Amino acid sequence: MSRSNLTGPLAVVLVFALWEGCVRGFGIREFLLPAPSVIASEAWSIWPTLLRHTLSTLTTVLLGFAAAVLISLPLAMVIAASPLISAAIYPLLVITQSIPKVALAPILIVALGANELPRVIVTFLVAFFPLVVASVAGLLAAPPELIELGRACRAGRVQQMLRIRLPYAVPFVFGGLKVAAALSVVGAVVAEFVGADAGLGYLIQTSMAFFRTPLAFAAVVVLAMMGMALFVLVGLAERVLFPWSTSSNTAIPAA
Amino acid sequence: MILLSGVGKTFRGRDGSNVEALTDITLRVAAGEFVAIVGASGCGKSTLLRLVAGLVPVTLGRVEVGGTLVTEPRADTAMVFQAPTLLPWADVLRNVTFPLRLMGKATRSTEDEARVLLNKAGLSGFETRLPRELSGGMQQRVAICRALLQQPQVLLMDEPFGALDALTREEMSLELLRIWAETGAAVVFVTHSISEAVLLADRVVVMSPRPGRIADIVPVELPRPRGFAQESEPAFHAAAQRIRARIYARGDAHVA
Repeated sequence: MSRSNLTGPLAVVLVFALWEGCVRGFGIREFLLPAPSVIASEAWSIWPTLLRHTLSTLTTVLLGFAAAVLISLPLAMVIAASPLISAAIYPLLVITQSIPKVALAPILIVALGANELPRVIVTFLVAFFPLVVASVAGLLAAPPELIELGRACRAGRVQQMLRIRLPYAVPFVFGGLKVAAALSVVGAVVAEFVGADAGLGYLIQTSMAFFRTPLAFAAVVVLAMMGMALFVLVGLAERVLFPWSTSSNTAIPAA
Repeated sequence: MILLSGVGKTFRGRDGSNVEALTDITLRVAAGEFVAIVGASGCGKSTLLRLVAGLVPVTLGRVEVGGTLVTEPRADTAMVFQAPTLLPWADVLRNVTFPLRLMGKATRSTEDEARVLLNKAGLSGFETRLPRELSGGMQQRVAICRALLQQPQVLLMDEPFGALDALTREEMSLELLRIWAETGAAVVFVTHSISEAVLLADRVVVMSPRPGRIADIVPVELPRPRGFAQESEPAFHAAAQRIRARIYARGDAHVA
């Protein structure tokens, strides 16, 4: 392993060590800030509960993420294909982005019932926008000469979209997918805060109600790991499915 | 093979005013003829090429290829751009066969023909490489193979060597002549380089800008096959001098 590969993990270990030292050294009380060792032992002692809540959140995250992918890509293609549709849809998209999802969640739960659906919708709403923006940018990024080549080969608009623009957009789409994966976790937790009887967001709320801070921290750590794992998986999928793509070089639009 | 008669092209500018890019272009290119177009930037050379390709409609006059009016891109016309314009996701072989696959004209022998062409262009062994693994010169060779695989009657080249370094450029121009000689396609070759135009072409069309029009058509009386040794021949110098004089002969004739 090279030196740069070790720097990241070392920095994380260092931060945790510093945290542990401060909590012990200054005698900070557990319900204010638990030491990492306390968090770890708390997580270990109730791991079946933690696992159940994790799986519940993961379900919401994956369903919301899948919805974001399934809706964003066709939407991006339609937007990229027609300036008219783009002019009609973009303001609507920006409006949905301007609504705080936390504010929307209780309304959705009343409207759709206290089940998985409103949580998936909130997750989707949080995650889909950067994916649409990145995909549209990618679909429009094909160099004009490549488009001209397609036209010279008498490719129609559909062929141009599917055989030139879409493959060209792959690195951009994956940039958006990485952001969307991380945001899906955020969306799921927001939804769980508002209405859920399971999940890590629910676990954080209930444990804080009883000042069980270490348990809440354990849930936060699991959420962080879930976000990172999804991010890495998306990157891995890109490298396996599209080895020519180097999305690390393309700009990721701000979420 | 190609016939332009009284062709004019006017673009509408961003501010709504009309910009005349080309005016009164009349030119005939015979089958198997190599015609180079030189001229200053902005004299409409590339536009002229795109009119012949059917990518851009004419405003005035008519463009014919093979006796029929050009209204849309034709299957027997192929184009090479200044940038290689390769598909970054496809390997060399699939890049070369892309136009035929796109047009639904790929047959069982297409891939073998592509391999033969790549071999002629010195690219055998690179069939499964991705474009980004190749040098600029090799990428442009792939682009030329891609155009030739369509077995075009008309090959349009828009400064194909413009992005290459001087040495690669010279090497590629002779290679192009060698491969072109076997195809019999009519070539229209846009370039900034006078010596390149004279070395390659049967006739050199000199264009002057604003609006773009034909200032002169210079025949190059050099036997084929061409080589760099001919650059010292009087006929080469005569042609180059005449072209240079035409390009710089706007208003102030003493320039250059």
